[in-house]
Amino acid sequence: MTALNEAAAAGEGALTTLRRGLRLSPEFRAGLAGTLLLAALATAGRVVVPIAVQQTIDKGLGGPGGPDIGFVRTAVLACAAAVAVTALSAYAMNVRLYRTTESGLATLRIKAFRHVHDLSMLTQSSERRGALVSRVTGDVDQISQFMQWGGLLIIMSTGQLVVASVLMAVYSWPLALLVWAAFVPLAFALRRFQRMLSAAYTRVRERMGDLLAAVSEAVVGASVIRAYAAEDRTARRVDETVEAHRRAQTRAQGLVALTFPSSELVAAAATAAVVVAGTLLGVGGDLTAGELVAFLFLITLFVSPMQTATEVLNEAQNAIAGWRRVLGVLDTAPDVADPGDAGEVLPRGPIEVRFEGVGFAYPGGPPVLHDLNVTIAPRSRVAVVGETGSGKTTFAKLLTRLMDPTSGRVLVDGVPLDRVRFSSLRERIVMVPQDGFLFDAPLGDNIRYGRPDATDEEVARALVELGLGDWLEGLPRGLDTPVGQRGESLSAGERQLVALARAYIADPDLLVLDEATSAVDPATEVRIQRALDEVTRGRTAISIAHRLSTAEAADEVLVFDAGRIVQRGPHSELVGVPGVYADLHASWIAQRRI
Amino acid sequence: MPSGSTRASRRPGARPRASRRPEGEHPPRPRVSPGVLREGLRVLWVAIKAEPRVFTVAVLASGLYAAMTVGTAQVLGWAVEEVVLPALRSGDTTAGALAGAAAAILAVALLKALGVAGRRFYAGLMQYRMQARYRRAVTRQYLRLPLAWHHRHPTGQLLSNANADVEAVWAPIAPLPMAVGVVFMLLIAAVSILLTDVAVALVGFLVFPAVALLNVVYQRRLSPVATRAQQLRAEVSEVAHESFEGGLVVKTLGREQDETERFAERARALREANVAVGRIRGLFDPALEALPNLGVLAVLLVGSVRLEAGAMTEGDLVHVAYLFTLLAWPIRALGWVLAEVPRSVVGWERVRGVLDATGSLPYGDRPPGQGKAAALEVRDVRFAYESADGDASVPVLHDVSFSAAPGRTIAVVGPTGSGKSTLTSLLVRLVDPADGSVLLDGVDARDLRRGGVAETAALVPQQTFLFDDTVRGNVTLGLDVPDERVWEALRLAQADGFVAALPDGLDTRVGERGATLSGGQRQRLALARALVRRPRLLVLDDATSSVDPQVEARILAGLRDAQTAGGGGATVVVVAYRKATIALADEVVYVEHGRVAARGAHAELLERSAGYRALVNAYERAEIEQRLLGEQAGEVDSADSADSADSEEAVA
Repeated sequence: MTALNEAAAAGEGALTTLRRGLRLSPEFRAGLAGTLLLAALATAGRVVVPIAVQQTIDKGLGGPGGPDIGFVRTAVLACAAAVAVTALSAYAMNVRLYRTTESGLATLRIKAFRHVHDLSMLTQSSERRGALVSRVTGDVDQISQFMQWGGLLIIMSTGQLVVASVLMAVYSWPLALLVWAAFVPLAFALRRFQRMLSAAYTRVRERMGDLLAAVSEAVVGASVIRAYAAEDRTARRVDETVEAHRRAQTRAQGLVALTFPSSELVAAAATAAVVVAGTLLGVGGDLTAGELVAFLFLITLFVSPMQTATEVLNEAQNAIAGWRRVLGVLDTAPDVADPGDAGEVLPRGPIEVRFEGVGFAYPGGPPVLHDLNVTIAPRSRVAVVGETGSGKTTFAKLLTRLMDPTSGRVLVDGVPLDRVRFSSLRERIVMVPQDGFLFDAPLGDNIRYGRPDATDEEVARALVELGLGDWLEGLPRGLDTPVGQRGESLSAGERQLVALARAYIADPDLLVLDEATSAVDPATEVRIQRALDEVTRGRTAISIAHRLSTAEAADEVLVFDAGRIVQRGPHSELVGVPGVYADLHASWIAQRRI
Repeated sequence: MPSGSTRASRRPGARPRASRRPEGEHPPRPRVSPGVLREGLRVLWVAIKAEPRVFTVAVLASGLYAAMTVGTAQVLGWAVEEVVLPALRSGDTTAGALAGAAAAILAVALLKALGVAGRRFYAGLMQYRMQARYRRAVTRQYLRLPLAWHHRHPTGQLLSNANADVEAVWAPIAPLPMAVGVVFMLLIAAVSILLTDVAVALVGFLVFPAVALLNVVYQRRLSPVATRAQQLRAEVSEVAHESFEGGLVVKTLGREQDETERFAERARALREANVAVGRIRGLFDPALEALPNLGVLAVLLVGSVRLEAGAMTEGDLVHVAYLFTLLAWPIRALGWVLAEVPRSVVGWERVRGVLDATGSLPYGDRPPGQGKAAALEVRDVRFAYESADGDASVPVLHDVSFSAAPGRTIAVVGPTGSGKSTLTSLLVRLVDPADGSVLLDGVDARDLRRGGVAETAALVPQQTFLFDDTVRGNVTLGLDVPDERVWEALRLAQADGFVAALPDGLDTRVGERGATLSGGQRQRLALARALVRRPRLLVLDDATSSVDPQVEARILAGLRDAQTAGGGGATVVVVAYRKATIALADEVVYVEHGRVAARGAHAELLERSAGYRALVNAYERAEIEQRLLGEQAGEVDSADSADSADSEEAVA
């Protein structure tokens, strides 16, 4: 299967991912200079307090002429002003930051969402659906946490480190060197810790995925579980995943608990060293008492960014992992691509379909279609029959370009299918798949999904034209009937009726039905069949069916066997000749006998 | 402490408001209510009661951390006062004094580190235990509640109850011990500062009520906005889930752009909500950070006056100022707890909505019948679906009655949407009738003991559901049977061939929802799942619709042989359209618009019921009409009268 391109993105360095991620959302850069300036102001403000203390003690209290109360008052007022400026800058910065990052992330979400729909059907189905949803929800949220908290904290912390370092060096460069020497090994240790943490959190996320899958089975499979009294078994399965997730979380938390105080210890070591060395320097006359006290404050200032470092790094790691996964989606080129504006637009009118030497194999699988050559004349009604696995559905998917052939080509009206714009292709060729998925919206809206501008009257008329007027009238709320999630308030047969109406109202020139009425009762099926014959007159219609009633009414039957068309012709011709079709038909007749 | 603490203790026995809300509805409207804080504290109290020991250890560790934070200030103050300043004044010091100062600083730091590690680990332990406990409880409830309840609640909502909501409920636990520790710290610091100088202490401590007040205002402003953002996050997720699930429809109808618009609209609303959250955070966070700083400045201002008056020493002032800077950061832990509280309360309301949901399927104590096949009787059954919004009920079945003697086969036939599937789910008691009863061996299904119905009857539904498990696991569903019996069931379901060809045979995993298998293969596994139990009542709801006719014929032949050879191994109810399936039946129940329109043998019904005739002979009619149209184009009129006679001949 064509997996998403995450592996490729995983190979690249964190910085590359970060750079590409930031480039993807140009909104992040809007007004960045202003935001950074405000951030710098806010950071600078954090340094004010220790300096105020130092200045007040040193100059105001410990000056040669005794305490100078006037100076202290001026200093305190100045500091209060600085605190106010700091708070205002922080506010302004936060507001700007939230606006730009949320705009960028909303765009990223939307872009990724669109891209998932652009991916080929095969790529989509190779992923757990929950995983694709995560790409536009949880993964983006992780980035937002980093952008709004961690990323800024890194900038501000770095600023704080730099400011503290410079000030420390101004007071006493030997002591500053001492502090730095104490923290360098910590920086290395933190890197190591951080790698361990990130592995631990990866495991937590994986266990979370298992947990969600297990809970979702308990919800989606509720009726099977009930019918087979499998409650206890399901509960055990859920419990196992809950417990595994809890264990992974606890393990990760244990690592955090061990890592977090390491900076505390290093800070204490640095403080102790500064007390000892500072005293010795002071005894030597190179340092005043006030300077030493201020220096001790600066160490606190220096430590706090270090303390948050592991968490911030972890956050960064998560964000990069999130970006990597989102980029993984965006990097996956749709292998069934829309030629876009460069492609051709087919004029409206009956469609001719030609398969030229078409072969197909699923990625990594054996060929399922071999050298198919067939032309379907415009305006003809064709039935495709054959056993399960004979290649019928693959044929339909190639015809509607849900997949591209591995060899040969498919032409519509003489134009290679992959040269036709999707907008034109989807307008003219519509397929009704067997499982008619419905959206959680009223019946009318579900039918309108085929043509959004259709009025209620047109929707109702479409149902009547399909011979479904009685059914519509039998519904207590008519077109307003809610269909429930996935359409589950309707029966399987009714869902198929809606799916059919939805395709019909789209008014295509080529209608492809893939077992589209398999769950409908025979009388309704025949009625629909007859109505379809009527309304598709002058268009091309291809139906895949294992109820051979469709074949009997078709202009031509294509008989598939083991990936090849082994027979073709009208029913009346084929049924008399010994062969695959005659066999299929015999068992169809047998089914109908009593 | 924030102001909520006193209110929280007023009515300790009262149930949280959450539980009186209608179950599982969408989250409550964002509201600004003083009750939120009280409920938040009550939720935390639930956690504390559940994990008292872990919580105590975490708080003790926090206390150690708090004490040692103050200790650091004391030790440092002591070192400056007793070692550094004398040394600088005298211009001389001893190695012993320096080593003592260094050792004291390190020792305090070591204890502080121990406190931090303990607090973090045990707070995490508590949080994760509570999460796990409530995830289990919520899923248990999903498994317990009747299907009617499931029908009223969207899948996405139930998933987010077990996931995001449980997580939100217990999120405040992480900073909780720290917050409790901060309270300790404040007390210790208060004593320490009061002992130093009362005037300075009073000025400094004005800061703390201000911080508490600001926190409360903060939380009240944030709560409604945060709730809205949370709600929108869920909606974004729901849209994505539905849209991706319907990916094939989106593709085949070329609706990618419209879907993107639908998603973008929600994503943009989420953006606005998040920006609103950011605006409030951005306003209050810096204010909360500024307040303690202003406190330090106030302390300095007052301190300098006191110093001038000779009421305190230089060392005292250093000590007090240092304590304030130390407190400035951890005091925000209170803010973190408060910030999580609104989300926690919303989550709690949703989780309680599930846990307090009533309407479980009550069970009796009668044992299921013994013997080979079960007797089935359906007596005057009426059933209606409640719509999701609860304001309407859609009647589906009216006064349905029929019975099946042990070993008999009943075919249920009827047009699409006539209530057949609902009927099958009543037979195996997935739902209970609104009126009337379903009797198995003469006993009302509601009176059977738990598991009794499942021991008797097995349903193969129209829509197959497979678990992400092995083939064996999917067939047995935990039933302890030897592999031979699994193979026997697979053989009867015509699934042995493809299972044997799978890479790991019975041990092959089928993937999420059986994704690696075709529709027909999934149906056959579901059939085997029913057969392996050797049910005394087998209910087949159009269970072979995706299976090839030839394969289906073999399945039906196998079932018939098993029926006749085993002398009536099971009573069978089969929803069918095909005559070959109907042919298996001793009696046909013809359903139309939720009523039994006719009952009897196939031939009899052909005579009596025009609707039945039209349904089962639809293909023949079509064929004949086709032929007539072909042969005598133009003489369509005569076809109508001719076909009914002809078609009855065709089926005889």
